[in-house]
Amino acid sequence: MEDFLNFQVILDNFTYFMIGRYPNGPLGGLGLTMYLAVVSCILSFFGGLILGLLSLSRIAFIRYPVNLFINTIRGLPLLMVIFWMYFLLPALMGTTVPESQTVILGLTLFTSAYMSQIVRAGIEGIPKGQTEAAISTGLKHWQAMLYIILPQGLRNMIPSFVNQFVSLIKDTSLAFIVGVSELTHVGTQINNRTMAFPTEIFIFIAGVYFVLCFAFTSFSRWLEGRLSWRKAI
Amino acid sequence: MLKYTFDWSIVTSGKYFEWLVSGMKITLELSAVGIIGAFVLGLLIAVMKMSHFRPLRWIASAYLEFFRNTPLLIQIFFWYFGSYKVLPTVVNDWLNSTNFEFAAAAIALTIYTSAFIAEDIRSGILSIPREQMEAARSAGFSYLRSMQYIILPQAVRITVPPLVNQFLNLAKNSSLAMTIGVMELTYQARQVESYTFKGFEAFTAATVVYLVLSVSITAFMDQYNKRVLNPHRA
Repeated sequence: MEDFLNFQVILDNFTYFMIGRYPNGPLGGLGLTMYLAVVSCILSFFGGLILGLLSLSRIAFIRYPVNLFINTIRGLPLLMVIFWMYFLLPALMGTTVPESQTVILGLTLFTSAYMSQIVRAGIEGIPKGQTEAAISTGLKHWQAMLYIILPQGLRNMIPSFVNQFVSLIKDTSLAFIVGVSELTHVGTQINNRTMAFPTEIFIFIAGVYFVLCFAFTSFSRWLEGRLSWRKAI
Repeated sequence: MLKYTFDWSIVTSGKYFEWLVSGMKITLELSAVGIIGAFVLGLLIAVMKMSHFRPLRWIASAYLEFFRNTPLLIQIFFWYFGSYKVLPTVVNDWLNSTNFEFAAAAIALTIYTSAFIAEDIRSGILSIPREQMEAARSAGFSYLRSMQYIILPQAVRITVPPLVNQFLNLAKNSSLAMTIGVMELTYQARQVESYTFKGFEAFTAATVVYLVLSVSITAFMDQYNKRVLNPHRA
């Protein structure tokens, strides 16, 4: 240990940390982390919207199984959900599924369950009078939901969605466990190869995640302030 | 496409059953250590964040932002692989003399969760209107007594649900300890799978354990909400 901390190892492998072998090979590192997070986020937005609406359905036959499903997923560690996907998907599809798709499906399933709670809270936060007023002007129940409640509710949900996206970015690190070469995986790989710089490597990776997540956390706080200010008028 | 014969006996008795039970024990141990540590540390950080002394507040804010915005897995790796370079020799020696995997996972879980707990405690106390304190003070209570009799009893009541939620999160997050070789429940389920190829049974067993844990805590919280938070509506 000549130097206390030697960050040369980061500089030497910087592009590998950021994009993996990208132009000459598959995308990896931070690029893949972002890809996983963005794709899962878009999918789980719709998943959460559908689950959230179904969980508020007036038909008990729909409501109960959907709530059971949501609560089951929420009661499990994400790692369990990913493992389930990992060996259920090939069995169900009859073919092998690439690891990155397994992880995207696992993350989507898991995050949809949490997003559905945001959707639910957002819808329940709109006063009942709005639905009643909409229905008394002649709209059907689903029309009231689609044109009156959801547009207002969704706006209030935006900060929570951004927070959920931050959780997703952090959760993509679990893709490492099934061998997807995102940022965490690249970090352990370089750590195994160089042997002598684990402290530097993990401090650097923590820093990268921090910058990314902190930016979105701050964005969500800013949005929250802005949206509540608009509401007051 | 599905040619799979179920054999539930492997997870309900015998060697593999014992593996899963020992995994469950370690999950519970890790969670218990983490919960106690995270609560104490979280309380400390919350108090620092609310202090009138600015540097303390800054330190607390930096702590909160940093540990909330980094993945737990990276924090576990840092404590397990990388902490030896930044910790004093005494601490390193002590850590090496204990079960290091367990210790690293416990430290990471404690610190990660404490950041979330600190925010919950702080917002619980801040949710009590300022007028309560002013009224208590003008009724002749000292600052500490107002805290003790007026503010904290109300704050604790509303802080319990988010805290319990964080404890549950910690128990679920303890599954990440498998990555550094702590033989907790998920690790053992994986072991059983790789020894027997009975992944479906092994993961079902682990899933059931996690669900029993979270369902019982959720049921407790429902009762708490009914009886303590909204006693008149019940």
